[in-house]
Amino acid sequence: MRWDIVYNNLDYLLWGSFPNGPLGGIAASIMLAVLGIFGAFWLGLGFGLMRLSNSRILRAVAMVYVEVIRGTPLLMLIFWFYFLGPVVFNYNLPEFQSALMAFVVFTGAFVAEIVRAGVNALPGGQMEAARGAGLTRFQAMRYVILPQALRNMIPSFVNQFVSLTKDTSLAYIIGVNELTKAATQINNREVVAPAEIFLAIAVLYFLICWVLTAFSRRMERHLARYQARGR
Amino acid sequence: MGYQFDWSLVLTGEYRDWLLDGFVLTLKISALAGVCALALGTLVAVMRLSRVKPLEWLSLAFTEFFRNTPLLVQIFFWYFGSEAFLPKAVNVWLYKQDFEFAAGTIALTVYSSAFIAEELRSGVFSIPKNQLEASRATGLNFLQAYRYVILPQAFRIVIPPLISQLLNLLKNSSLVMTIGVMELTYQARQVESFTFHGFEAFTVATLLYLAVSLSVSFAITMYNKHFLHQLRY
Repeated sequence: MRWDIVYNNLDYLLWGSFPNGPLGGIAASIMLAVLGIFGAFWLGLGFGLMRLSNSRILRAVAMVYVEVIRGTPLLMLIFWFYFLGPVVFNYNLPEFQSALMAFVVFTGAFVAEIVRAGVNALPGGQMEAARGAGLTRFQAMRYVILPQALRNMIPSFVNQFVSLTKDTSLAYIIGVNELTKAATQINNREVVAPAEIFLAIAVLYFLICWVLTAFSRRMERHLARYQARGR
Repeated sequence: MGYQFDWSLVLTGEYRDWLLDGFVLTLKISALAGVCALALGTLVAVMRLSRVKPLEWLSLAFTEFFRNTPLLVQIFFWYFGSEAFLPKAVNVWLYKQDFEFAAGTIALTVYSSAFIAEELRSGVFSIPKNQLEASRATGLNFLQAYRYVILPQAFRIVIPPLISQLLNLLKNSSLVMTIGVMELTYQARQVESFTFHGFEAFTVATLLYLAVSLSVSFAITMYNKHFLHQLRY
């Protein structure tokens, strides 16, 4: 076993050639995931609320979005944004941005489902009481329903963030500088230690994801105590 | 936009055959990995429920590790790294087969089995404890209680999440293109680089994936509506 190869390249796996060159390694993976979940939150919130709206057209649009995106492999989506966007719509985006767009659109569909489930999980009396107190439907959503629902959704968002962190490895396929790309570069250069290198980055991914998963489990138990319940 | 659509390119002739071959291979690798993952996942779940501490820990470590690392990294690990830790005889045998296909199948199997094991475990846990106590009290032994009371109920609860795990497996199988398994995504990419008509090729591939996922998830919804409402505690 040649663990010294992993050790010697550890800085490249962690932050690429950062101060002197572009950011890479796991730092870039985390950046992709954080930006991705941020975009996906707003997109998913929008589509989740559309899914709950009274207008049949909005509901249908949101449903088609969610079902189509969830039925398509993420890799397919990445290819759509990377190869086809430029050809069809004549724009030019670097790899990082087009991978990020794919992540936002992909994760947005899952967040929309989380939002829908979170709002539906609140007892119906909350909405009725808010409307009864004279708030409009929008105000009731904004000031009564969402503050409660979003808080209960935090564990699901964390889980979604964990899967997104794992999914950022797919950005390697179109050539984004992140952890998996760094590992394959090192593997191509050193050749003799593929098992060690890939095991090492698996452990790096694992540490992040596992810590977050454990955190979300604790949070779930904690939040369950403060939830408004129906009778 | 300066793009000429040419649908006949991917709907007839050689390129259509490429895509169809890819689709068949996608179904093949998903089915094979799915069957193996169900078997391995059941084993891991049984270990978790066995009440033998070392087996429980082993099973916990297995599910946590494989669920919390990216599939792509696992694929590379099995593909590039299998030489380092599998016995030599196994490797020689694997290299004689279609090694890309084998490594892809192993990676997909192990990854999915971790998720399947968790679904099975939570299915068994969702049966209230007094069911077990009641069946023990009526004189069934432990195995009989599981065989005749717990598992038949758990099975019905577990079927929909299991099927959606298998759908995930189908979608995840697109990742094995990175090690050169010529499945649907690989072939779509191939058509794109031969003809520059990526739009048509990716549309066909996406629609094929969607056709499978949407029809299966529609079936799950129907199943949930008809069978699951009987199980309320």
